This record gives sequence, C-alpha cells and structure tokens, in this order.
Amino acid sequence: MEHRFKRSEDHPDIITLNMGPSHPATHGVLRLVLKLDGEYVESCVPHLGYLHRGMEKIAENRTYLQFIPYTDRMDYLSPLAANVGIALAVENLLGIDVPPRCRTIRVICCELARVGSHLLWLGVHALDLGAATVFFHTFKDREWHYDLVEDLCGARLTTSFTRVGGVMHDVTPEWLGKLKEFVDAMPGRIDDFESLLTKNPIWLQRTQGVGKISGEDAISFGMTGANLRATGVRYDVRVARPYSGYENFDFEVPIGAEGDIYDRYLVRLEEMRQSCRIMEQAMRELPDGPVNVDDPKIFLPEKQRVLTSMEELIHQFMIVTEGFECPEGEIYHSTEVPKGELGFYIVSTGERSPYRLRIRSPSFNNIAALPHMVEGCLLADVIANIASLDPVMGEVDR
Amino acid sequence: MADGEKAVAAVAKRFPAALTGSGSYRDQHWIEVGSDRVVEICRWLRDDPEMDYDYLVDVTAVHWPEDSQPMELVYHLYSISRGDRLRLKTRSGDTGPVPSVSDVWRSASWNERETYDMFGIRFDGHPDLRRILMPEDYTDFPLRKEFPLYRG
Repeated sequence: MEHRFKRSEDHPDIITLNMGPSHPATHGVLRLVLKLDGEYVESCVPHLGYLHRGMEKIAENRTYLQFIPYTDRMDYLSPLAANVGIALAVENLLGIDVPPRCRTIRVICCELARVGSHLLWLGVHALDLGAATVFFHTFKDREWHYDLVEDLCGARLTTSFTRVGGVMHDVTPEWLGKLKEFVDAMPGRIDDFESLLTKNPIWLQRTQGVGKISGEDAISFGMTGANLRATGVRYDVRVARPYSGYENFDFEVPIGAEGDIYDRYLVRLEEMRQSCRIMEQAMRELPDGPVNVDDPKIFLPEKQRVLTSMEELIHQFMIVTEGFECPEGEIYHSTEVPKGELGFYIVSTGERSPYRLRIRSPSFNNIAALPHMVEGCLLADVIANIASLDPVMGEVDR
Repeated sequence: MADGEKAVAAVAKRFPAALTGSGSYRDQHWIEVGSDRVVEICRWLRDDPEMDYDYLVDVTAVHWPEDSQPMELVYHLYSISRGDRLRLKTRSGDTGPVPSVSDVWRSASWNERETYDMFGIRFDGHPDLRRILMPEDYTDFPLRKEFPLYRG
C-alpha cells in the first residue's frame, strides 16, 4: 500500500492520497487526489473523464432518433428521465407538441425514474456511512421499480422509451395497476427508511452540519436539483419552467435550510413522496387518445400499416435509415431529472443530424462544488459528501 | 415576455458599441457581443437588480470552420428570481483567447476547462486551464469539425 500514501518533501506532514477511479465509495469512476493533514483534507482535486465516450461528438453523426439510446447511458440510474429530456428538446426544435396522453405518460416516466434514482442514492449513501440495513431495504424496492420499468419498455436500464413526437408505445391498464400498487406502497416504505435514519444518533452526527454550502455558493457553482434546494433555494425546473404538463399537477417542492448532508437527505426523501403524489394524480387523470403525433415524416407509422401499405413502409424506411430534417435554428431545453437540471443545447443547420448537441449535465456542476465542500473536513466526511451529492459519472463524463 | 428579450434590449442600450448581433428562435433570444467586453457585460448581467442572472447554466462552443472568427462561445444564463434565460454569445479566433468569466460565476471554471479540452480555445485569466475529460497527454481537440466523426 506504500505507493498510495505519499509524503511531500516540502511538507512532511502532508500525505497525498489517491482515491478512485475504482473505489466503492466514489460511486463509479470518480477519482479524487486528496492532500491530507492527518485526518483533515487540505485540498481535493477531482479527476474526471474515465467514462468519457464522446457523446456530443457522436450526436453529430447520428439522426435525432438514433441519439435517444445514448441518453440511456448518461444517467444510467434514471434513463427514462433523460429519454424524456432529449425528446422534448428535439420537439422544441421542431416546434411540435405531443398529445396530452403522451405528456402524462412522460410525467409518470420522469417521476418513476426519480423514485428509482433516489432509492439507489439512499441505499448506497447509508451503506457508505456504515448503515448496511437500509441498503437491503431500498434495493428490494428498487428491484420492484426495475420490474415496473422492464414491464413498461422491455429493458431495465437501456429503456429508450421516448420517441421524437411520442413514446415507444402506450401503457397498458395492467401496467398501470402494477404501478398503482407501487405508488400506494412507497410512502409507507419511505416512512420505514426514515425510522432507520432520521433520528438515528450516528446518522445525525455524520450528516448534520457536515458538507455545508450556502445558497449563494451553490448557485455560483451551478448546483441544481436536491443539492441546491437543500440550501433553501427553491429552484426546480418542473415549477420554474414547466414542461410536459407539470403545471397541471399539485405537488410541493421541498427545500432545506442548512445546506448540509442531512438537509439533502430530507429533501430527497420528501421528493420521493411528492413523486408518488404526482404519479398518483397522473394515473387518475390520464387522458385518453393517441400517444404519438400524427406526422408520418417524424413518427414511425403503426406496424400493421407498415405491413399493408406501401406509403407507410416507405415512411418507416426513411425515418429509420435517413431520419428527418430539423429546421435551421438553435434551442436550449432543460428538464428536472433526479440529479438536477439536465439541458440540451441543439444547433441545427437544417440537416438530419445536429450540427452541435451540447449536454448540460447536472452531476458535472454538482461535483464541481465538491472541493469547496470538503476542504477542511475530515477524510471520512469526503465519503459522506460524495454520496450526498449523488453524482453519476456516466452523466459527468458523457 | 419571451426568454431573454428584456436583457437583449437592455444590453443593446447599455453596451451599444459591444453589440455584434442578436436574434431569436422559438422565443429564445440571444445576443452576441465582442469578446473583449464579455467579462464586463457578464458582471453587469449578474449584478444589475433588473437583470439578476445569478446562475450560469452552461458554457460551451460551436465550431464554424468557414468563418473568419471560427469559434462561437455560448453562455447560457439564468435568473432564478425572474425565471428568465438568456443566451450570450461571443466570437473568437481558432484558439481564442477569450477572457474567462470564472471570476463572475464559479461554475465557469469547469465549463471553460471542458470547452478548452474539446475545442482548444484558451481562456485568459482562468485559474486552472487543464484538460478535464480527455487524458492529460492527449493532443487533439475532439469537438472541432476537422476531427473525424468516424474512421472511414
């Protein structure tokens, strides 16, 4: 182990510690180089890029439809939410609206993804701080959530559920029934998780007053999502700039006051409850009607029609092989994914592929604030901070 | 009011000499200014109570190799209090330099590093301009248009 602990010649008391990129508590391939003065962190330098796949470059060589599967692999804990984000961005560029039923199904997707993502966050966050029991409980429910995702679109992780102008297919009444069971059970389950942690003295000691950041600093670092709201700033894209019909739902945006790890914990727990509320309303008020836009140039025709009609066959062939042209222009569109604000900036020159597609990922900016939060902290608090920021490296590195 | 409309008018009025272009698409307004005035304008957009763009959403670039100023820097600003978004642009030569706005918003530090990493644009006054996603010893800038999309 000697090579991992290096004493500096100028400051014999300072130890350089390399953490990651392959370390269970760095949540993927985050690598930190820490300078330690005893147990205290003198400086923290994150090194990124271990999961960089060049998605923004790849997008320039793909049709808009072909890019959707890449969004599965950004935040791989909530691919459904990223699928909705890219579909809305391209629809915004095209200037089309999807039918009401599709909008509501997408809201269900986003909220289901939020619950799933937060279940993982809670389990591993508690595990990182030594509370292994919570992990087993949240992973049991996360498995339930994945069963629902699999029933919805046939995949657990690589969902690719949305299309430009709609979704893969309509939801079935049986699936809605299964979702209802999940949504009804979750608030009770969240109470169970809370009973293990919220008043647990060890949990309180490890989280209260640790990793504090002020609202002003959080905004300056571009933090979004629960990490920003825990500081008391009420910024949620779903409310500030509603999309996909979020303005029609009744829900609260929980905020914290201290901006510490404990507040981030409380905010995310409440967000899960609110997500269940939104899904419950969405299921109750799910409009009837088509789920896809009726535009043969953009949306794949119905399979039955493809097999019986020449024109539809041509449309299907054209959309799959050539894609469709987007008008010349540029848009930025963002959605509130479980980690924060996920934005797509698309520049189109009227071609079938974007001229430039920029992904503004929430985890990238959230991680940028990590050195500010941990410098001066104990080494053990670095672990707690990483977990509470809930970064996903697939999204940071893209 | 459409996104950024008020700010575009205000910048045009206050910094008429810096203005080099403006436009809109799908109700999203953008403004282009001279790169030498970027920091000053950004600071004003952040501090002026009428503007209050406290949150820098993103910094990135678009490469237009045919143009005399091939690098288009794009800043997305957002005002949390006003719920308004603004797209600010500036142009630079092939490798910059462009003044860094990392003193105005701290998030610019990493975003500018990524822009340097992907496009090779240098940012003047940046505290730590290193590659961020590509390896340290990498020599190319992948998001430039001359970088091949695939090995064909």
